[in-house]
Amino acid sequence: MRRLRAFGAFWYDFVVGDDWRIALGVVLALGATAALVAAGVNAWWLPPAAVVALLALSLHRAVRR
Amino acid sequence: MLFATVFVACAVEAVEALTIVLAVGTSRHWGSALQGTGAALVALAATVGALGPAIGLIPLGALRLVVGGLLLVFGLQWLRKAVLRASGHKELHDEEARYARQVAAAEAAGTGGRGVVRDWYAFTLSFKGVFLEGLEVAFIVVTFGTNQHDVPVAVLGAAAAVAVVAGVGVAVRAPLAKVPENTMKFAVGTMLTAFGLFWSTEGTGADWPGGDVAVLVIVPAVAALAAGCAALLRRDNTTGAAG
Repeated sequence: MRRLRAFGAFWYDFVVGDDWRIALGVVLALGATAALVAAGVNAWWLPPAAVVALLALSLHRAVRR
Repeated sequence: MLFATVFVACAVEAVEALTIVLAVGTSRHWGSALQGTGAALVALAATVGALGPAIGLIPLGALRLVVGGLLLVFGLQWLRKAVLRASGHKELHDEEARYARQVAAAEAAGTGGRGVVRDWYAFTLSFKGVFLEGLEVAFIVVTFGTNQHDVPVAVLGAAAAVAVVAGVGVAVRAPLAKVPENTMKFAVGTMLTAFGLFWSTEGTGADWPGGDVAVLVIVPAVAALAAGCAALLRRDNTTGAAG
């Protein structure tokens, strides 16, 4: 059980890193882009906007701590 | 661009792995540290050998979405750290201090071996350090190589970086403190974010204006964003300290 938890913790740390909100934000932004594209909107502008917002918010949270 | 990106990314990881191996080898037992390094390289080769061909079987659209998304997450985390360090909100990654901490921990740990390994602590610490840093290198090589349809150049970039760092490390037998690690992290974070953004957006089915040329705008735009954030936070930090 301890090894399983350590294995899970390793992959969480490897993929998600210090701020889980960045990973969640990227998944949501790409999901929304794919949904817009499926609806016929070429939403190429959404991921770049999400990158700007996610980096700014994550930095803001980090320096306020 | 592919060679340079993979080279710098792998050099950063190699410096971190080298610091751990040097600390363990110097303070504990060189033979066990090198055995751990060798075992980690074999485990890495087996992992890449197993996963590499599987990645080639995934359709390009899905691959770009998943891999681009992962690169984007990695890149943003690297940029976040680099910006915080550049603006003075986080300590600079000091390889000498890291080396000293590793040596102190290694000297304090108990002794004992298992089988052909004389010092189990030295073996496991080297193995862990090289495997974890190497896994990031392998991920970058496989994803950049597959997406750019040029795995050999990506492998060459990684091999050159590891050879240069290992060569310098063996020559000086000291942690590579003079490597501008934060600047390199800044550059790698920018490249990972830019390529991750480009590929993942294409993976969703959206089309960039200008097609592939868009990446030439995205890279400097991400660099400018990160540099702007660092400048803003540095100014806030200075104002806060003065006020």
